[in-house]
Amino acid sequence: MTESRSTTSSLQYDPAPESTAVVRIAPAYGLFIDGAFTAPESHAQFPTLNPATGKPLATVAQASEADVDRAVASARRAFATWSTTSGAERAKYLFRIARLIQERAREFAVLETLDNGKPVRESRDADIPLAAAHFFYYAGWADKLEHAGFGAAPQPIGVAGQIIPWNFPLLMAAWKLAPALATGNTCVLKPAETTPLTALLLADVLQQAELPAGVVNIVTGDGAVGAALVAHPDVDKIAFTGSTAVGRQIQSTVAPTQKRLTLELGGKGANIVFDDAPIDQVIEGIVDGIFFNQGQVCCAGSRLLVQESIIDDVLARLEQRVNQLRVGDPLDKNTDVGAINSAEQLARITELTAWGEREGAYRLPTTCTLPTEGFWFAPTVFANVDQSHRIAREEIFGPVLSVLTFRTPQEAVDKANNTTYGLACGVWSEKGSRTLWMAQRLRAGVIWANTYNRFDPASPFGGVRESGFGREGGRHGLEAYLNV
Amino acid sequence: MSDRLDVRKTYKLLINGAFPRSESGRSFEALTASGDFWANVAQGSRKDVRDAVVAARAAQAKWWKMSAFNRGQVLYRWAEMAEGRREELVEHVHAAEGGERSAAQAQVARAIDAIVWYAGWSDKIAHVFGGANAVSGPFFNFSLPTPTGVIGVVAPQESSLEGFVHCVGAALATGNAVVAIASTTRPTPAVVLSEMTATADFPGGVVNLVTGLLDELALPLADHHDVDGLDLSGAGELTVAMATAAAGSIKRVYRPSAGDEAASLRRLRSFIETATVWHTIGQ
Repeated sequence: MTESRSTTSSLQYDPAPESTAVVRIAPAYGLFIDGAFTAPESHAQFPTLNPATGKPLATVAQASEADVDRAVASARRAFATWSTTSGAERAKYLFRIARLIQERAREFAVLETLDNGKPVRESRDADIPLAAAHFFYYAGWADKLEHAGFGAAPQPIGVAGQIIPWNFPLLMAAWKLAPALATGNTCVLKPAETTPLTALLLADVLQQAELPAGVVNIVTGDGAVGAALVAHPDVDKIAFTGSTAVGRQIQSTVAPTQKRLTLELGGKGANIVFDDAPIDQVIEGIVDGIFFNQGQVCCAGSRLLVQESIIDDVLARLEQRVNQLRVGDPLDKNTDVGAINSAEQLARITELTAWGEREGAYRLPTTCTLPTEGFWFAPTVFANVDQSHRIAREEIFGPVLSVLTFRTPQEAVDKANNTTYGLACGVWSEKGSRTLWMAQRLRAGVIWANTYNRFDPASPFGGVRESGFGREGGRHGLEAYLNV
Repeated sequence: MSDRLDVRKTYKLLINGAFPRSESGRSFEALTASGDFWANVAQGSRKDVRDAVVAARAAQAKWWKMSAFNRGQVLYRWAEMAEGRREELVEHVHAAEGGERSAAQAQVARAIDAIVWYAGWSDKIAHVFGGANAVSGPFFNFSLPTPTGVIGVVAPQESSLEGFVHCVGAALATGNAVVAIASTTRPTPAVVLSEMTATADFPGGVVNLVTGLLDELALPLADHHDVDGLDLSGAGELTVAMATAAAGSIKRVYRPSAGDEAASLRRLRSFIETATVWHTIGQ
């Protein structure tokens, strides 16, 4: 027994880095407008970094208001033909895009990992296949909209302005573009400032798919570009995924207009563990819930609620498991936890985590060593967290877990719902009746029972309360892009 | 001819199943369409709105806990109550809106039929707006329509009864509780219809009605962080201010648009939250 334990703790893997030879990164990028890239030198450029090293990968264009205006005009021109193209033809374009992403999956996965910092295991096994699946799923809707439950002939809204975050860059682009295109809208997509490269590679895919010019336009840059898109008078619909603070501004900006709006915002997900749950699966589920994508997930299970009778066992196992996570080179196929996306995000995680200690929570010891270059934060677990602590109330958006306890199911519900957010919750129990009882009472858009952080194009995703409104995925996701 | 002096009625608010005068002690004159005095109506205040929201929050849990079939029965009973007092409703609509008496009769008939329509919806919402999702992997995945919560309704200013019924009926049929502001100048049809919720077995606080000046009541309702959604059908010039205030707590906002409600079901869809549950499948 002693022997096997020492073997486990000293087990080391040789490096197994994924090759970057499949990726060709240009030194500088223009904007994708009206089916073609503009010249990079015609725009102000800013660098996009590899978060694992802190070094620039390329420079990308900072779109001006005039650029946004041209992108919207291009989408408006394309709308006339795209919205009247038959659903069956639109479907075939989307099927093509899905296939092209599958064909170039390795290229996308490596590029995503380089630009975002997430482990290549995740970009390869989650982000990219899910993005392709999303296009494939919505392709099939394009010629069946009259059967979707929104009336006999549901119409598109028009030009959609779509603003996406940096945590799942290509996947979020797919979540926005696929339903919009299937329903006959045209798009101006604004990728996140720090992760523009896979969206720009997607532009290449759109060209290979021969998607008509102007149906999708991609404008890169900082928050000012998003603000210009939100304020543009010829945009009919805004779809935003990001922070609740920015979502609030956007809702306020579009309030005086007729623009349609869907928001997918922050969260403070409760992952609730009952004493009858299968403990080994629970530990893996907790780890997936908070350390997937370095915890930079809006639906992360960042509050762990454990039934009091098993708290000591859960904490002991969790401490051991977390110290076994391999943190480091995101391109290494054995890496579990990669780099934090930006220095700015790292600063926020660091600040809130310091508050955890300041307010008296207990930080579990860690043996994790971090690379010296780039942006890194060790997987962190706080026990003895109170509901009033900042780390229990605010979205950290990093690999930091706050552990609280409860005694009864009702107390678990009350604590889980004690937040202004309402995106996702997890429930771990072998007792189906209790799980469904919980599901009825938890105020959240997604509830994972004996699993966590699962995504599928057929499954609607989105929040309640200050986590936003509207759904992405499934039949429900069509509504966001139909004038119904 | 009787020389009996008629017994007049005081038009009060409906909050938490009770009929208080406004806590402010104020009232205002509701006039007929031709400008004659019709009634003194309670002039609700910001505090009344807040009291109503507190009541609605507590009542919503009770309303949603009832079976969908039961909620449908309660809504249907509301229609039964209204049917029995049709003439009274006609009198109020006719006085408030003027025009031919037959038009008022037709509106009351449509309003009652609309309540019946919403009553029937209650236990079909899950069929039509929910469903099972074919996800990859060993999971049973289903989406349930659940209520948004507490809905602030600004009832239409013109259509004093039918407009009110569509706003309130849709929110109730989908399991929400309502704080409604009646038409400012034509409040009494909504007051009379709302009174009937007390004899229709609604848990107190599911339907709350505040009468008064929209200028005073609109922003306290739109700003309130325990209101989850707003139906701005009758908000008129205050629509933008209310929609902007709604952003403070990311409220869902319904704004009226041209189109056939029965075809698009837009109102019914407006205050539903889709909750999606993934459950593992295994032996």
